[in-house]
Amino acid sequence: MKKYLLYPGCSMESSGRAYRDSINAIVEPLDLHFEEIDDWNCCGATEYLGINLIPAYSLIARNLALAAKQTHPVNGTEGTRTVVAPCSACYLNLAKADYYMQERPSLGVKVNEALAAGDLQYTAGTLDVRHLIDILVYDVGLEKIRSAVVRPLHGLKVAPYMGCMLPRPDYQHRWSDHEHPTELDDLLRALGADVIDYPLTTSCCGGHMTQIGPETAFELIRRLVADADERDAQLMATVCPMCQMNVDAYQNEMNRFFGTDYHMPILFFTQLMGLAFGREPKELGIGVELVNSRNALAHIGVEVPVTQEPTAPRKKVEGLPMPRRWTKHEGRKEAVK
Amino acid sequence: MPQMTDERVRAGLTHEEDLSLLHEVSMKTAGVSRLEMCIQCGTCGGSCPAAQDMDHTPRMLFAMLRAGMREEVLRSNTQWICVSCYHCVVRCPQEVHIADVMYALKGMSIRAKLYADSTAPDFSQTFIDMVESYGRSFEMGLASRHYLKHFPLRLPGMMPMGLGMIFKGRMALVPKKIEQMDQLKKILDRAKQLEMIS
Amino acid sequence: MTEKVGVYVCHCGSNIAGTVDVEDVAHWAAEKLGHQGVIIAREYKFMCSSLGQELIEKDIKELGLTRVVVAACSPHLHEKTFRIAAKNAGLNPYLVELASIREQVSWVHSDKVVATAKAKAVVSGAVSRAIQNAPLEELKVPINSNTLVVGGGIAGIQSALEIANAGFHVYLVEREPSIGGHMAQFDKTFPTLDCSACILTPRMVEAGTHPNITLLTWSEVTNVAGYVGNFHVTIKKKARFINEELCTGCGICQEKCPKKVIDDVYEAGLGYRKAVYTPFAQAVPNFPVMDKDNCTYFEKGTCKACEKFCPTGAIDFNQQDELLHIDVGNIVLATGYDLFDARRVSNYGYGRLPNVFTSLEFERLSNAAGPTNGNIVLRDGKTAPKSVGIIHCVGSRDRNFNNYCSVICCMQGLKFAHLVHERTGATVYNFYIDMRTAYKAYDEFYQRVLEEGTLFVRGKVAEVTDAARYSNEKGKLIIQTEDTLAGKQRRIPVDMVILSSGLQPRHDAKEVGKLFGISCSMDGWFTEKHPKLDPVATMTEGIYIVGCAQGPKDIPSSVAQGAAASARVLDKILQKEVALEPIKATVNKEMCSGCRICNGLCPFNAIGFLADDNVSEINPALCQGCGTCVAACPAGAISGTGFSNEQIIAQIDGLLMRNLEPA
Repeated sequence: MKKYLLYPGCSMESSGRAYRDSINAIVEPLDLHFEEIDDWNCCGATEYLGINLIPAYSLIARNLALAAKQTHPVNGTEGTRTVVAPCSACYLNLAKADYYMQERPSLGVKVNEALAAGDLQYTAGTLDVRHLIDILVYDVGLEKIRSAVVRPLHGLKVAPYMGCMLPRPDYQHRWSDHEHPTELDDLLRALGADVIDYPLTTSCCGGHMTQIGPETAFELIRRLVADADERDAQLMATVCPMCQMNVDAYQNEMNRFFGTDYHMPILFFTQLMGLAFGREPKELGIGVELVNSRNALAHIGVEVPVTQEPTAPRKKVEGLPMPRRWTKHEGRKEAVK
Repeated sequence: MPQMTDERVRAGLTHEEDLSLLHEVSMKTAGVSRLEMCIQCGTCGGSCPAAQDMDHTPRMLFAMLRAGMREEVLRSNTQWICVSCYHCVVRCPQEVHIADVMYALKGMSIRAKLYADSTAPDFSQTFIDMVESYGRSFEMGLASRHYLKHFPLRLPGMMPMGLGMIFKGRMALVPKKIEQMDQLKKILDRAKQLEMIS
Repeated sequence: MTEKVGVYVCHCGSNIAGTVDVEDVAHWAAEKLGHQGVIIAREYKFMCSSLGQELIEKDIKELGLTRVVVAACSPHLHEKTFRIAAKNAGLNPYLVELASIREQVSWVHSDKVVATAKAKAVVSGAVSRAIQNAPLEELKVPINSNTLVVGGGIAGIQSALEIANAGFHVYLVEREPSIGGHMAQFDKTFPTLDCSACILTPRMVEAGTHPNITLLTWSEVTNVAGYVGNFHVTIKKKARFINEELCTGCGICQEKCPKKVIDDVYEAGLGYRKAVYTPFAQAVPNFPVMDKDNCTYFEKGTCKACEKFCPTGAIDFNQQDELLHIDVGNIVLATGYDLFDARRVSNYGYGRLPNVFTSLEFERLSNAAGPTNGNIVLRDGKTAPKSVGIIHCVGSRDRNFNNYCSVICCMQGLKFAHLVHERTGATVYNFYIDMRTAYKAYDEFYQRVLEEGTLFVRGKVAEVTDAARYSNEKGKLIIQTEDTLAGKQRRIPVDMVILSSGLQPRHDAKEVGKLFGISCSMDGWFTEKHPKLDPVATMTEGIYIVGCAQGPKDIPSSVAQGAAASARVLDKILQKEVALEPIKATVNKEMCSGCRICNGLCPFNAIGFLADDNVSEINPALCQGCGTCVAACPAGAISGTGFSNEQIIAQIDGLLMRNLEPA
């Protein structure tokens, strides 16, 4: 059994809970052991970096410092220096902090000065920060994954969506390519899925723009969904809770914005792994997505139980006018005062 | 630094060339910015998935940085539109740390209160407030505070989504708090002091 | 005996004097090193000038100097100059010592006080060493008048012809079946648009038929021993499976061969050839070669169609590789370049998107003798493009790939634009970062292409994609870039994309460099002796580099270099003999234990073993004085003249100022 330190990240406890459920479901068949970092905190996403440099990196580094304490073998379990982050944004923040603290030693010194206020310390380079799919493809190996498949996903046309923060900037050179990495394709193929050629595999989902500049974000989501649809994908597979959230939860609003009618479900790759390993949809959090994957999964004979959707507000929505077009000039007055 | 004399104003000059700007941004960038190495090739502006919404392409912004156009740069929405997709970073032939430069510019823009639209800085601040109170992000609190202030008109349209998220257990109604909140506070307080000094 | 030492400190204009207080150094040397024998110390603006040299000559004659120390630039530049000056004044040239206070002091320091102190130390070391120097006599050996030219592209052909025309013999070795190189693949040449084959093939034929040229194609150099004037070279002549005596080059074997193979070399992967083939119609020599790896007979043991139909019985399936041993006096390396592998720029989609082509592919596509008979069409083989985008700087000027500018790509891109316009009438876009059209008549060509209506977009292309965003993009390749002059991101749908790929060193340049004893730059190109003043020579005497082996360049520059190297070779040949540096290693037989460690280490095979005496012996004619054996000998039995322990220790003592006048 191979042990890893797990940094789940905040969304795993809420919007990305299906990710967590499905990870739990594949741990056993793949003989993995994830030990959660004690009392980890938020990585700051892309927000803190834009406000204050040293606090942002100190916030991230607290997690690294905590993880470094758990690297030693305890009670007969083996030691490990690998931290696994299933969320691409968390992965990037942790990996980047580790890297920049070395590239620019003065940053490392200051961050450690801040950590010292909490009796913590972190030496850059102590840990190996890796993403879940990296572990699955390169440590577990496709062979082992293939042999765990009991329900091959034959006939399921999947658009492999890697997103941006995973293969880039890739200071540690972990991925096959920055633009068209093959790790997710290979893994989905190992599950028996029919992987489509998806040129937008590392294009951006909009990140936090769904919150601050919906016009920008909707266009990015439209591109992803439209191209997957154009290429006859039945669903998209993602490796990141933020990508999942944006493409799934905002697809409806995007459709209204453009007057389109896309229905492109997006599931975590681990949910598809769980299905291929024979688990039931419910255990894998399938059904909690807002763009339901029911029809897509019917192609592989998986029946997704129908959840009662809230219906009352929907009626009202139909009668409401289109939201006013948001423009970037909005709020300018406010800034002046 | 050239002064904005009447003569210069009459001649139509709009800004003082602040040649320390490039260095200042470099120093505020995590890692080594390599901003001075930019050859203005436009790889960044060509790669950017959101360039169409930017006041200036990143390349243009870097030219303005060099020209010392402090106010124009810090007023630009470019850094706020950046989605951190790192396409430009890996393609840049000069290995400029573009995304991190954007983060540095956001910080400078906030401190100089020059941002033209408060949506993004407010969102970041609200996000950080949550993290600084709980140690974790709190989507429900964040979304309600942020949308009420900045997108009241989006709310009706988003209701089904929000309700769906809650109904499907994807939106916690109460925040999770880390155990050693005091430790995190101490670290962040010290970090903020260090940020002020540097 | 006390030596009389003269110290001469050079200003080198401001090169040295700007950072080192040269007057102080000279005064100091006269004062502090007097007890060692320094009787005169001077400084002068340019020691290497004739006036500077006269100064030294005069002092030698009038003051009876027995040692001369010149504190100036690196010995690589002017050691010879001052040795000759000493010789003219009757002093053994090896009693002159150079102290490098430019490359090792003034150019690498900025603090004048520190640099001056270091210059003093370097001078002090040189004085101490000079005192230990012994007079040496040069060894003269005859020069073999044969020359080896490696690589049969245009640079190598030019070089071979110049030497052969002067009446000396040349071995021209080419690894492919025919000479011609990359130029044979091109359609037109910029800026005059001469047909490449029309201007190249007469030269190829001349090289192929010249009485003074031995053409060895399908051959590779496997070993090089010896030194300038006397190289011993081993060449592997790969089995062609064709008897060259009998073959008439009629081509029937190719016609009858049933095995079709993608031609990755001459057709750049865009066309086919047979398993037995001459790469192109005008190949020199025109004997085919059999591609053993793809021949059905070699694979399965049956077929022999070629043999059956050959009218002269020239097919010989039993032919073996042959090793040839030749002796030459000089070697010219014209090994050329490899095209940058455009698949590495994955955002440009080469290898994934069918209608993205490389520059070499386009050369074949537009060549009348190419796979499409010169029709510029998409990869389906029939559709003419209505719009074409040409992307510059692919793999060049990019820290993710090659840092350097590949020199030819701008002009190449313009040439492609012209050809596409002329042959298809398509709309052509050129995407560039900086338009580099230096050299004669190049910018005029740019003007011409502008006039023809090619659209120029200044911006390094971000990506080429088939992910259509809008309806006008469906089924097209979309070139996404920032138009940096308009300050806007643009998406330009086209039918065809041509990547103006850069040039890079041959994949085996490092090994080839090792074979010939020359070095490669950081980027992997062969290093010239001096980037400006000695661009075709190398640090190894008798070995020259020409054409793209030395760095990216166009045809005119390659030809000029080929000719330049020949002039250097002829200069050597006409001197009839070469003076070998008397810096040699010798074995002290009393101390040698006969372990033979040095025997295998010598890069020049100069060390033999005397079994009777159980000692190693060094052949002074082969020894190049590299010092490898001196350092390796566990018994300390080998010493190098000019680099004896006494000399080196004295120099170190001097550097550490252990031998100053007691205060």
